[in-house]
Amino acid sequence: MNIDSISNGIVIDHITAGLGMRLYELLGLEKLDCSVAIIKNVHSVKLGRKDIIKIDSDIPVSLDVIGYVDPGVTINIIRSGELVEKKSIEMPEQLRNVIFCKNPRCITTTEQELPHVFKLTDRANKVYRCIYCETKAN
Amino acid sequence: MKRSLIDILDFSPEELQALIDTANDIIANPAAYRDLCRGKKLATLFFEPSTRTRLSFEAAMYELGGNVIGFSEAQSSSASKGESVADTAKVISCYADIIAMRHPKEGAPLVAAMNASIPVINAGDGGHNHPTQTLADLLTIYREKGGFENLTVGFCGDLKFGRTVHSLISALSRYPGLKLYLISPEELKLPSYVKKEVLAAKNIDYVQTTDLEGVMPELDILYMTRVQRERFFNEEDYLRLKDSYILTPDKLQNAREDLCIMHPLPRVNEISVAIDDDPRACYFKQVLYGKYMRMALILKLLKEAGTL
Repeated sequence: MNIDSISNGIVIDHITAGLGMRLYELLGLEKLDCSVAIIKNVHSVKLGRKDIIKIDSDIPVSLDVIGYVDPGVTINIIRSGELVEKKSIEMPEQLRNVIFCKNPRCITTTEQELPHVFKLTDRANKVYRCIYCETKAN
Repeated sequence: MKRSLIDILDFSPEELQALIDTANDIIANPAAYRDLCRGKKLATLFFEPSTRTRLSFEAAMYELGGNVIGFSEAQSSSASKGESVADTAKVISCYADIIAMRHPKEGAPLVAAMNASIPVINAGDGGHNHPTQTLADLLTIYREKGGFENLTVGFCGDLKFGRTVHSLISALSRYPGLKLYLISPEELKLPSYVKKEVLAAKNIDYVQTTDLEGVMPELDILYMTRVQRERFFNEEDYLRLKDSYILTPDKLQNAREDLCIMHPLPRVNEISVAIDDDPRACYFKQVLYGKYMRMALILKLLKEAGTL
């Protein structure tokens, strides 16, 4: 299977197999006009299988979202067909309006204007908690 | 610098000890504190009913010579007109020097603290935190037991929704030699995240059991709790569990002579009134100590904000 290489854009590589769609949704890539390819279950020496997302446009993507969903990914920035930058992603300390608190008792359920903020409380187990009610993110 | 108290862990053990020292000094020399807050105002913003906590805050401020403004239910506040917690906090900052807030929604006092220009004290946010109750509990333990090290504490009743239990466990987990007996029906056991993130993370020795009398001889402190109707979505579950543990004099037969029986109050029937005259009953002292700790807390936060 061939996917054309991109000239100006972003390749999100080394996505844990199965997480590509989640990342696509959380990054809001369905709203883009440019070509976006999700390649699933690609053979990988490092991971066995992996997903890849190619975005054929030089748009800003939220590194926080990527770091939250799958901190092991690599971001490749492509300009004029050349790889100009490679970034490894870490779990962000805080997430703002990336995920939303589902606790019906949380103040965010009645105050719609409040930003939904989650804090990394346990890096080893990837646990994020709502800063208001401390409910664990799913 | 303005500081607030939202979670008991906002204060270090040293800061808690300093509050205890101040509270003990207030008990010993109340006259020395009578005018320290003259001209200062505490705003009690109670978005849900509470008698004890609100009156304790008001009594604390009056005994420091200060004044109190506020409301005691959401219907009499601008919240009934749709005002946000953030706006309420900004408005009250123009009128008062310090806020004590109770709110049914978890995290509301934090939102207030993020928006107010004056200190905010969390006076209870739903089933989440109630740090000034923990301050009352800590002063009671300190005065009854002389410190916090090497204590064996039994928590009994609703350990799932009991916010006072979670806060006190978090606070006590910072002292060495703690052993816990967690006594509850199966459905009201301590949540697994508290066990994992507090007890396991700090290597605290604990036993889960349903047998109160069996562990009674081990205990330095027995902390009873009420099964709270307002925390249940399902009335049937509440009715089935509400009478799980009722402490009566016969259950104290094997208890130590120096056991300290605590309860955050209000009680319904989980401690028989026959125990009230037992010298080991400390729950009314706990109420009194709560007022002294709130006085110490108001002084600390006003001083740090540069208001005193």
